[in-house]
Amino acid sequence: MNPPLAAWLLMAAALFCTGVYGLLTRRNTIAILLSVELMANAVNVNLVAFSRFLGDLAGQVFTLFAVSLTVAEVVVGLAIVVLLYRSRSDIQADRADQLRG
Amino acid sequence: MTVMTSIVFGLTAIVLLIAAFSVVTARDLIRCVLWLAVALVSTAVLFVVAEAEFIAAVQILLYTGGIITLMLFGVMLTARITSAKVEVESFERLRGAVVALTLFGLMAWAILTSELPAGPATLGEDVTREVGRLFLTDWLLPMELLSVLLLAVMIGAIALARRKDP
Repeated sequence: MNPPLAAWLLMAAALFCTGVYGLLTRRNTIAILLSVELMANAVNVNLVAFSRFLGDLAGQVFTLFAVSLTVAEVVVGLAIVVLLYRSRSDIQADRADQLRG
Repeated sequence: MTVMTSIVFGLTAIVLLIAAFSVVTARDLIRCVLWLAVALVSTAVLFVVAEAEFIAAVQILLYTGGIITLMLFGVMLTARITSAKVEVESFERLRGAVVALTLFGLMAWAILTSELPAGPATLGEDVTREVGRLFLTDWLLPMELLSVLLLAVMIGAIALARRKDP
């Protein structure tokens, strides 16, 4: 038998919550970005699973959009991190508390 | 054949969850990134199980090829290797675990009590061809907007990360 849809969704939910845990516990900005990646990945799994079970390919199209958007987000995020490091020599998220560059 | 699918799904899901857990708990930042690569590749395997071969290919090309390389560069550019450890306080760990487990319980309750489609539907003969057709017909405008966004991101990233004194 094929894995039921509930198995997919539970797996993706576990993945998402792992990402939430990382988001809440990490201090390093790059580690936070990695957790966000995990969460976005869980959402993609959900989209593909629903597309498979509903027989609607719009889910796959949306997954491709979501993947591209995540890549864009990471590129800008890393650029900001590099900039932060260059101006402050420190990428801990809770120590970046100055608006002045 | 379908039993095989279940076995592959189960094993890949286990690998994926272990890798994800390692991403959020490993102390060495480089290891976090490499565990993320494992997680993303196993997600690609899951996409193949769900008959989304093209997305699996995109996942490997964009994420594992692009993101992981970029992340490794980011780590090496910003963290002095000796200080690339990630320290976590136990209070924060408890707080994160409570929030994550509560959220998971809520989602699991919602998933298990709702009516879901029983079996997989048929996706048609050639999934990749159909996805490509959808991209150029029903979803043409979002795709064009996405290309504008990617251009903006590219210029923005260059403008942000460029050194001010060339």
